[in-house]
Amino acid sequence: MTVKPELLATAASMAELVRLADAGADAFVLGESRFGMRLAGEFNLEQLAEAVQYASPRSIKIYAAVNNLIDNETVTLLPEYIKGLAHAGVNAVIFGDPAVLMAVREHAPQLQLHWNTEMTSTNYATANYWGRKGAGRFVLARELNLDEVLDIKRHTSLEVQVQVHGMTNIYHSKRSLVNSYMDYRCNDGGAAGSSLVTDKDSGLYLIEVERQEERYPIYEDRNGTHIMSSDDVCMLESLHELMEAGVDSFKIEGLLKSTTYNEIVVRAYRKVIDAYFANPESYQFDEQILEEIRAVQDSTRELSFGFFYKEQVY
Amino acid sequence: MSTLTKIKHRGKRHRLDRPELLAPAGNLEKLKFAVHYGADAVYIGGQHYGLRSNADNFSLEEMKEGVRFAEKYGAKVFVATNIYAHNEDLAGIEDYLKGLEEAGIAAIIAADPIIVDTAMRVAPKLEVHLSTQQSILNWQAVQFWKEEGLPRVVLARETSLEEIAEIKSNVDIEIEAFIHGAMCSSYSGRCVLSNHFTDRDSNRGGCSQSCRWKYDLFVDQDMVNAEDEHKFTMGSKDLCMIEHLPELIEVGVDSFKIEGRMKSVHYVATVVNAYRQAIDAYFDNPEGYELKQEWIDEINKSANRPLNTGFFFQTPGAGEHIYEPEEKAAPFDFAGVVLEYDHASGMALVQQRNHFKPGQEVEFFGPGGTFFKQIVGEITDEARTVLDAARHPMQTIRMKVDYPLKPMDMMRKKVR
Repeated sequence: MTVKPELLATAASMAELVRLADAGADAFVLGESRFGMRLAGEFNLEQLAEAVQYASPRSIKIYAAVNNLIDNETVTLLPEYIKGLAHAGVNAVIFGDPAVLMAVREHAPQLQLHWNTEMTSTNYATANYWGRKGAGRFVLARELNLDEVLDIKRHTSLEVQVQVHGMTNIYHSKRSLVNSYMDYRCNDGGAAGSSLVTDKDSGLYLIEVERQEERYPIYEDRNGTHIMSSDDVCMLESLHELMEAGVDSFKIEGLLKSTTYNEIVVRAYRKVIDAYFANPESYQFDEQILEEIRAVQDSTRELSFGFFYKEQVY
Repeated sequence: MSTLTKIKHRGKRHRLDRPELLAPAGNLEKLKFAVHYGADAVYIGGQHYGLRSNADNFSLEEMKEGVRFAEKYGAKVFVATNIYAHNEDLAGIEDYLKGLEEAGIAAIIAADPIIVDTAMRVAPKLEVHLSTQQSILNWQAVQFWKEEGLPRVVLARETSLEEIAEIKSNVDIEIEAFIHGAMCSSYSGRCVLSNHFTDRDSNRGGCSQSCRWKYDLFVDQDMVNAEDEHKFTMGSKDLCMIEHLPELIEVGVDSFKIEGRMKSVHYVATVVNAYRQAIDAYFDNPEGYELKQEWIDEINKSANRPLNTGFFFQTPGAGEHIYEPEEKAAPFDFAGVVLEYDHASGMALVQQRNHFKPGQEVEFFGPGGTFFKQIVGEITDEARTVLDAARHPMQTIRMKVDYPLKPMDMMRKKVR
């Protein structure tokens, strides 16, 4: 019998955190963009401490995202920040740069570590490598298929985290590509110095000439330019396959989504997890729960299985 | 390669040792030309674990031959094993790495920690260099990999000269930096556009260069760009640091890397030739070093795209991306390779690599900057039959030339 997986959400604000906690989230990824990548919102150390104070009595966990690609300047800030995270009482630090690992070892060795490099966390041997370095959890690339996910779970003693819902990042550049393009148009005499908001609330997206149906959100922040998938992963109806395998944490990515949407999604996954564990033997997926998500799904964004059932070539 | 020796001299850092010039070699012929034209080391791809699944990669036998050839010049051969492995890739890694070690490969360039770790365990004579696919930007991460036992880290292409200097001053390790060639506009390894657009895995060599495709930009329902305007793209200009070698040398970069395992033999020879001359000129006389226009001219004859200096001085902006249709930047094509030259008669045997004919102006060039222009006179085949044009790929052509040539000198022609 496997243990109930954690239902992990993101939150753009304390208010969203409270609503998603009420909807059934067991844990949250929070942080600030100075150190963390592609966050739903900003939580400074003080706000993190506040989140922990709310979460801790409810047995909800708070994980701090320190998963940026770290530059020299940030390295100098890490010791204080890591100490601050420990003081705030976060349950784990999410990292993808060895500089963070070294800072945690030195300044707060009691903190749990979750390894997350997004698209490059692709096999169990690498999971175990980071396990030997101190990581307790391996966050899988979203480009893996289900067989690969299950195979990784079988071959590692680390906790395995899988994104089960929401958009994924498909391209990250240090460059400010939208602003560069707007500058080019301006220089080219086309648009008269139009100022375009490019942050994550700007509603910007790309359409590739040959793929008119697919809208790829794009935004800029202090960490560069991010392009996101045109579909939202939704593993709700196949969630039992991941639960049977004992996958430890299911993440719902709430980036670029409304609190109302995230609340409905979290509640849907909560129902499915609870229904499965009430009686795994006789569990049957209730299509009606998926309908609740479909009702609020942006019609331009496909609810897909991501790469879970796809074969890729190279 | 031993650690750098540096001396402080009148407040300015001078280097006594030359940085390594590291060139790409997509196949055995390119390896030979890269080495002959002055590369201190070349990097190649094997049959597995490399990121150029379309390149005609080396078999172990070809690697051995490449290593033997390189040794004659005192040059080294590295193998790129820079994929992010999936479970199914794990089984053969040990044998593959042992095979590389046995073939005399000096180093692998690896991104996935499990390939790094496995190499150190099973193939101790192989050096392990951390790939740019790890997108390392900071000295602390470099320190981590040094403590893991790596002698060299290839930095992210996003590091500035200033950041490289900080890294060098904090960690005693060899630093390799890309100085020339095409660039991912994303952080290396942090792009799965191909996976989404074409079901090809970019981090295992399936990149379909979707960053160079054209996109319309929308805000809510409105298209930002006009229908007839040049569209949005992420495509970057190519890197070229020929004009800034002293800065790179003085900041302490240990290996200057040229990108392009998919590029032609003409490209590799031309680019290596220019950087070789520049590096040597600097070390012959650091105080009196001057950039030569002919090096820039040569580089431009091989360029595929407009050039820029990447992140070394500032984050690239509007001027560093390619929004307009790409015209072939280089107005020259590779036309032939010199096989033999006879001093007495002034006759050369040239292996045809592209169409050329009498009356046409061509350029001959060789290692070290030897160069002359020539109007093609009478040409014959080996049986001395006069030809109106050299039409057949790899055909041996006899022709008279105005100045002496050496085997492996090259001939190029203007694109019509």
